[in-house]
Amino acid sequence: MHALLAAAPALPLGEGGKYVAGAYIVFVLLLVIYVGIMAAKLQRIERELRDLAGFAEARTQGEEAAPGREEASSNV
Amino acid sequence: MYGKGLRTLSIATVALLAVGLSLVFFYAPIETNQGFIQKIFYLHVPLAITALVGFVVGGVFAIAHLRSGNRKWDAYSYVSIHMSVIFGVAVLLTGSIWAKASWGHWWVWDEPTLVSFLIVFLLYATYYPFRYAIEDPERQARYASVFAITAGAFVPLNFLAVRMTQSLVHPRVFATAEGGLPNSMLITFLFCFAGIALLWVTLVKFELTAKSASGQVKRLRRALDAPATSPSSRVAPEVS
Repeated sequence: MHALLAAAPALPLGEGGKYVAGAYIVFVLLLVIYVGIMAAKLQRIERELRDLAGFAEARTQGEEAAPGREEASSNV
Repeated sequence: MYGKGLRTLSIATVALLAVGLSLVFFYAPIETNQGFIQKIFYLHVPLAITALVGFVVGGVFAIAHLRSGNRKWDAYSYVSIHMSVIFGVAVLLTGSIWAKASWGHWWVWDEPTLVSFLIVFLLYATYYPFRYAIEDPERQARYASVFAITAGAFVPLNFLAVRMTQSLVHPRVFATAEGGLPNSMLITFLFCFAGIALLWVTLVKFELTAKSASGQVKRLRRALDAPATSPSSRVAPEVS
């Protein structure tokens, strides 16, 4: 610790230290909040994609199971 | 493909910020007058410059949108402004912390630099309700672009006006009559500024990528849902 302080004369330990720490923590907090919000958005996109993939698969399977259904419904 | 090069950008941003912060705390000397609290400026000033330039960049993208009619530029403009507003919040918070440490008050109303930044910030805070009050996407994009250009032109004018006033208390970082920053501080500042500016670019790209992905998912949903979930809308015209 002493070696670190000797190598880093710019390190504080004065009265202003808490304000400097506060400013940098606020910046990091804002970044973390932003990343958290973006992570939530990403999760939503992933969920929607999973739903769509499931829907597309189900539709493909349905079409394979009843190939003439679409033609029949269009005739009606 | 908005996400292209995002990984490289992110790595470069983290590296630059790490170097910048290391320089702040292990290299840059403690300033004689302000003492240790001057370290806040290595964060606060780059954030402020980046936010203000970001607002202007948003205006430039808005010009590109109005000239070309391409909605891509509107998205760029929106995300630039959005990111600059977030940076603006950081500027106001870090500035307040510095003011408290230096002046003993969280906010000083007779300091033009502070108040002018707040005015710019509040001006851009109205961008969101203004934009989303318009439902038609084309009109929304067009009106938002006009707003972005007008407000973007206001930013440098505002900056110059404040610069021309004779401030007694807000410190000037660059090229003052007293000689400006010493080299060790200037190098540290430039690294921090490069890191913060790159962070802005990375986050803008990140946001654009997320918006693009969300848009693609919506397109896919529309394409897949059309025959299954909205048959009435397709059938109705034939019935009538």
